[in-house]
Amino acid sequence: MSGPRVAAVAVGASAGALESLSVILPELPEDYPLPVLVVVHLPPDRKSLMASLLRERCRIAVKEAEDKERIVGGMVYLAPPDYHLMVEEDRRLSLSSEEPVRYSRPSIDVLFETAAEAYGPGLVGIVLSGANSDGARGLRAICDAGGVGLVQSPDQALASAMPHAALLACPEAAAMSLGEIAKHLLGIVGPS
Amino acid sequence: MLDSTEDIEFRLLLEAILRKYHYDFRGYSTASLKRRLRQARERFGCRSFSTLQDRVLHDPTVFPDLLSYLTVQVSEFFRDPDYFRAIREHVVPYLRTYPSLKIWVAGCSAGEEVYSLAILLREEGLEDRTMIYGTDINPEALRRAEAGVYEMDRIPLFTENHRRSGGKSSLSDYYTAAYGGAVFDKSLRRRAVFSDHSLAADEVFAEVQLVSCRNVLIYFDRELQDRAVGLFKDSLSRKGFLGIGGKESLHFSLHAEAFEEFVRDERIYQKRGDR
Repeated sequence: MSGPRVAAVAVGASAGALESLSVILPELPEDYPLPVLVVVHLPPDRKSLMASLLRERCRIAVKEAEDKERIVGGMVYLAPPDYHLMVEEDRRLSLSSEEPVRYSRPSIDVLFETAAEAYGPGLVGIVLSGANSDGARGLRAICDAGGVGLVQSPDQALASAMPHAALLACPEAAAMSLGEIAKHLLGIVGPS
Repeated sequence: MLDSTEDIEFRLLLEAILRKYHYDFRGYSTASLKRRLRQARERFGCRSFSTLQDRVLHDPTVFPDLLSYLTVQVSEFFRDPDYFRAIREHVVPYLRTYPSLKIWVAGCSAGEEVYSLAILLREEGLEDRTMIYGTDINPEALRRAEAGVYEMDRIPLFTENHRRSGGKSSLSDYYTAAYGGAVFDKSLRRRAVFSDHSLAADEVFAEVQLVSCRNVLIYFDRELQDRAVGLFKDSLSRKGFLGIGGKESLHFSLHAEAFEEFVRDERIYQKRGDR
């Protein structure tokens, strides 16, 4: 495969998140070489079940992101409820309790914009099912930095508003089924 | 890899702010700080960080406004009620054994947590023997803390938080409505002192039994986090308590060894007796 080497994957999902993530993430092997950074809109309850639900279904390790943690491959990092998740230049994670961005904390845009800055062309950004427009600006930033944008096909998403908004902001992003997205994620790291 | 022009300008702007106004933001987490400075750049109608730097250096009215972008001021009364419940149920019994108490709320913003602790201590009968120091680097936030007036529309949330924290009184006992705001009882700050203190530049100023510093460390890089936690360690008396944010930890800290987990889920630590 041509193009710059991919160093990380960033995913944003809202309404229908668990359903979409439960199709994609279990496809990734335990030794998947890339880190997968995930923002899901959740109620601001501090004890979220999302990490444990996904952990049960995945071979790749899943954890809630910790502040100033070094990002490593083979790990899915979930933004904790009520905190923004950001990527630092030195590729550590930061959490922030700044104001919600367009009503969301964590905000997909905030993750995508900071990850685009840290990884440039080495980033794949994915917008999944959701009933708002978070992630659209962020996906634009990822594509502007030379990264790749993927969007769950709106007609297959439980909630299509977020994929629609992402494709509108970022027409060069590819609309795909969840299965195709999983296949793409396996393809970019080459045969194992 | 070469720094981008914007990165160079960003670092120079922080340097300019340090030299001109003696505020040191160089150890802050870059991703969040840069985001907020970009918002400020937009707000001041500046094309670049260099243009903003020019404004900040030559127009003294700009910096106070800019400071509100540089510092994150998001807080609530009894924010994370379970934290306050843990303070009440697990820390207060220890605090009772001291004849006089000092508490440091580091990064107190507009004072929400200072007032929350003052109410909690009054409910627990410890108010008269306690001094609470609320410190922040933002003079405007300190003025608001001193005034103790909060928007009326935030009161339902504060009331619910207080109730869920195990509050033994009604929050409405502590404020009166005036001018569209909730004015908190002056007597609550009889035992509170608000003052300017920088975790990046200043030193320890008192020996305290409890430090509460929540959702402040996440805005610092690891070196500055180590400096701040070092100050807390040096400030705390033997077996004193440190409470940090729900998603913060001492896990990666240089000073992790000096503390043990006290209420793990609420991120309350106790300083070891031998440090």
